[in-house]
Amino acid sequence: MSVSDDALCGLLDMLCPMHVVLDAGGRVVHAGPTLRNVFAQQPLSGRRFLEVFELRRPRGIVDMAGLRACHGTRLKLRHRERPRIGLNGALFALPDAPDLGSGAVVNLSFGISVVEAVRDFNLTGKDFAVTDPTTEMLYLIEAKSAAMEASRKLNLRLQGARRAAEEQALTDTLTGLGNRRALDRVLDRLMQSEQDFALMHLDLDFFKQVNDTLGHVAGDHVLQVAAQRMLSVLRAEDLIVRVGGDEFVLILVGLTARSRLDETAQRLIARLQEPIDHGGQDCRISGSIGATLSCGYETPDPAQMLADADLALYAAKARGRGCHVLYEPRLCDSGPGQGT
Amino acid sequence: MHGLVNRAIERFVRDTYGREVWIDTIRRLDLGYTEFEAMLLYEPQVTGRVLAAVAARLERGRDDLLEDIGTYLVSNPQSDALRRLLRFSGVDFVDFLHSLDDLPERARLAVTDLDLPSLELTDHDDGWYCLHVGLPDGHDLRFGPVMMGVLRAMADDYGALVLMEYRGIAESHEMIGIHLLEEAFAHGRAFDLGARGHPS
Repeated sequence: MSVSDDALCGLLDMLCPMHVVLDAGGRVVHAGPTLRNVFAQQPLSGRRFLEVFELRRPRGIVDMAGLRACHGTRLKLRHRERPRIGLNGALFALPDAPDLGSGAVVNLSFGISVVEAVRDFNLTGKDFAVTDPTTEMLYLIEAKSAAMEASRKLNLRLQGARRAAEEQALTDTLTGLGNRRALDRVLDRLMQSEQDFALMHLDLDFFKQVNDTLGHVAGDHVLQVAAQRMLSVLRAEDLIVRVGGDEFVLILVGLTARSRLDETAQRLIARLQEPIDHGGQDCRISGSIGATLSCGYETPDPAQMLADADLALYAAKARGRGCHVLYEPRLCDSGPGQGT
Repeated sequence: MHGLVNRAIERFVRDTYGREVWIDTIRRLDLGYTEFEAMLLYEPQVTGRVLAAVAARLERGRDDLLEDIGTYLVSNPQSDALRRLLRFSGVDFVDFLHSLDDLPERARLAVTDLDLPSLELTDHDDGWYCLHVGLPDGHDLRFGPVMMGVLRAMADDYGALVLMEYRGIAESHEMIGIHLLEEAFAHGRAFDLGARGHPS
């Protein structure tokens, strides 16, 4: 190469680090620094351009004369080997001259595949020309993805709140309360959105007696009234699920204060203890509650919280009817699992 | 104030001091919620109240706390997204310093309604720089200490050895003196352009 060719290559290396210089035979005589990085395993020098890259548009070009005729048009190329990455190109047909005469310069870019290319070829900021906005574009893609992800999570929480409302109207045909599946979905959502909540396990007291002495119809009526009364104590965003015959799980969203939990439990029990009229007869029931707060856990786990609330319920029952107990680790010492 | 700012304070307290400390602190403010949404806007005075409550709870000075939040934002593995976004700004620490002038604009490109104070870097001799951090309108929050923390963590990230001093407030901005002692003092953390960070 003459001095002026060196100068040309230096200029191109700096401004277009993804260029190749082709000789009259269509072979690569020089590749820009970024392409040299990308093709470090199989250097381009000396290889025929059209053997390395498939020209997808314009089609049907097989030789250097054809390539030179593409001067100034948009080229669509694809690397023939894996990863078969797509490239955009622009070709400048060099004027006839002693060395590179009838050769060409092709400048390449990754186009829309740039994100994959940067990842696959481990490109760095230094692989792009200083004036090339690719790094800024990668920044934008990543910044927007992060912002989008945050919005997606917000949407998820908002959608969850809506679904929670729908779920309350669903399911258990007798009481109109949610069922076990609704509970799992709500717990999942609360875990995902990292919202705090209180979980209560509530068991109706004396319900079996009502059922046994007054019959199933009275029992069903009592369940319906009990459900309505519990709902009247809770807020719209809370959830009540009937998990068994006379067992309920209550989720109180956003509740972290022990005092508010106590107060809610007392109101629930008081409402349940009001006599229920069935065909002129007073049915009297009560409720026992075991509760636990998600903010009491390093990493709340729904299964653990259900088990702990259950343990607290067991302790509440042991204290007599109409009591509520907040789970504490020391309950484990006297819990049913310990065989006492 | 943008939820991202409030959420950053929340994540800092939760990840550093635990959930209980956060819940205990925020509940006393009686805001009606215990968590901030990153993509919603809040009344500007909420941020000041939260900061004051956290500083009181932790018995820390406010500037001290803000600086720690700045460091946390960059160095916490859970918020790697921000570190990556900052690393896009410069190939080395000096390049990064010079890109700070564009930071508010970069932030706005990512999140349109995120309004950061103006930043202006002046370049003095012998590795001395001065960063002017604008005082925001409409609230008395100061970003200077946060920027101190961010710069400290970013210097670490690039492996640069830097001394910094907070020079107080002059007219409408805060000033931070930066002395770059050695640009390649240690091996910085790797930055892979294509390895998309996992946003937290």
